[in-house]
Amino acid sequence: MSIKILIVAEHDGAKLNPSIAKCVTCARAIDGADITLVVCAVNAAAVAGQAAQLAGVNRVLTIENPANEHALAAVLAPQIAALAGPYSHVFGPSTTFGKDLMARISGLLDAPQVSDIMAVESPTRFRRPIYAGNAILTVEVAAGLKVVGTVRTASFQAAAAGTPAPIEKATVSVEIPQHTRFVSVSAGRSDRPDLQSAARVISGGRALGSAEGFKILYALADKLGAAVGASRAAVDAGYAPNEMQVGQTGKIIAPELYVAIGISGAIQHLTGIKDARTIVAINKDAEAPIFEVADIGLVGDLFQIVPEIERLI
Amino acid sequence: MHGVNGRLTRPSRYTAAPMKRILVGIKRVVDYNVRIRVKPDGSGVITDGVKMSINPFDEIALEEALRIKERGGAEEVVVVTVGPADCQQQLRTALAMGADRALHVQADGVIEPLVTARVLLKLIEREQPLLVILGKQAIDDDNGQTGQLLAALWNRPQATYASKLELQAGTARVTREVDAGLETLDVDLPAVITTDLRLNEPRYVKLPDIMKAKKKPLDTLTLSALGVEPRVQLKAVNWSPPAQRQKGVLVKDAAELVAALRQKGLL
Repeated sequence: MSIKILIVAEHDGAKLNPSIAKCVTCARAIDGADITLVVCAVNAAAVAGQAAQLAGVNRVLTIENPANEHALAAVLAPQIAALAGPYSHVFGPSTTFGKDLMARISGLLDAPQVSDIMAVESPTRFRRPIYAGNAILTVEVAAGLKVVGTVRTASFQAAAAGTPAPIEKATVSVEIPQHTRFVSVSAGRSDRPDLQSAARVISGGRALGSAEGFKILYALADKLGAAVGASRAAVDAGYAPNEMQVGQTGKIIAPELYVAIGISGAIQHLTGIKDARTIVAINKDAEAPIFEVADIGLVGDLFQIVPEIERLI
Repeated sequence: MHGVNGRLTRPSRYTAAPMKRILVGIKRVVDYNVRIRVKPDGSGVITDGVKMSINPFDEIALEEALRIKERGGAEEVVVVTVGPADCQQQLRTALAMGADRALHVQADGVIEPLVTARVLLKLIEREQPLLVILGKQAIDDDNGQTGQLLAALWNRPQATYASKLELQAGTARVTREVDAGLETLDVDLPAVITTDLRLNEPRYVKLPDIMKAKKKPLDTLTLSALGVEPRVQLKAVNWSPPAQRQKGVLVKDAAELVAALRQKGLL
């Protein structure tokens, strides 16, 4: 029996977000998954083309509407809810886009949401982290209910490219609310890799001392082709912008290499990096909790060590 | 029922007088600093004798409401919680911080986000707030759903992960912390706002305020009186500890570190 799963595509109008390839892998872990991706956009063609390439996707639906220029949950949720009828599962990524949107869809559908799915045990049974990842809860959704889910992207590999799936236009007849209006977005412009999908991440903490101090991280990151992250303490102190925050309330990442520089390692930070393949810690405090989880640790002055590493590689 | 184009049910006869009111939801959770451990039999986490607090994001929500009131943007701040009798401790703390009155919706056992959202919707019908401010997530179950669910059921705007909130006539301009950076939205009021960490720094409670808080009104209601069914749609099957990472090796200098990374094929 096939299980119809709808995945809401996150994109910026031109590019499919890398988190969606991971949502597809999560959905494929459900036996008999029949996967539909839906792209809501003004012009959906480019993004739909990318979505159709993902192995395991059976079809891509596009909902084109000028109101979909910005990804506003209040605007998108009624469109997805109107489309959701035939599907038993509606998934999105645990990004700020997905977390904002999926719970609104859950409310419109009166269907429970499983947040941050990290493993699929059956079509109705999932594992998810709670208490900042200090406990893993297995939950069973009551029989006969639609399942709304957000997928913890760090727990899944990206789906590979496959045979292109068909792309179809979908139309929904819903009233688009006017009560929520996009004003602006100020994104830190960066030529560095995306923090959430980068293979290498260099992160800095409060010990960097200033926004100026972060420059030695940027230099190292550029040499390694790495993304740059930050601890909450560094963001709170204004050394780095909010979109760089890694941890329970920031980004949850799973790079091949994570280098924590001047980060003590509060549990809220560690929950954001525990799926990294290799963790390197550089800190002057030998007792810092980050060393409990680091594969390679170096105790010392980061302002000497970091430039030296940069010279050596 | 509230469908895709959900409408409000008719106002209840308890509808409070029109007033610029802010409703703040708070949750009693295991304190931020407690190291959580899973019970050996996998039936839950150990909470006996553990310090309990207001969920930190909810404290930020309350602080924001109080600041709006202090600036003259609201006349009354009402805090609400859903949970067992113990939750009244956190409501008293909220009153000591400066909330004007508290509502305790008595409920035992697991309260799922959809149930909390339905309770809040019922209270909105009674209290007619201009703004509802909630934390973006509770640090115990990390669901991060209640604000969005409420906004959907209420068919009103949501502005989640707020790091800045400016009230204007009939609208709010909200800056949100999103993956790309900072996004700004205008939302018509009434609306639901959920807070992120950098919205503000909550005040400390002073001793005289704790005394004063004892005299502030705290009303207790029940789910049945509100007509909300305590549905359980997500059954907790088992709790387990997370996989532990092994402690690695220490190297003595940058050269050794680079060598170790090369050996692992990471450079």
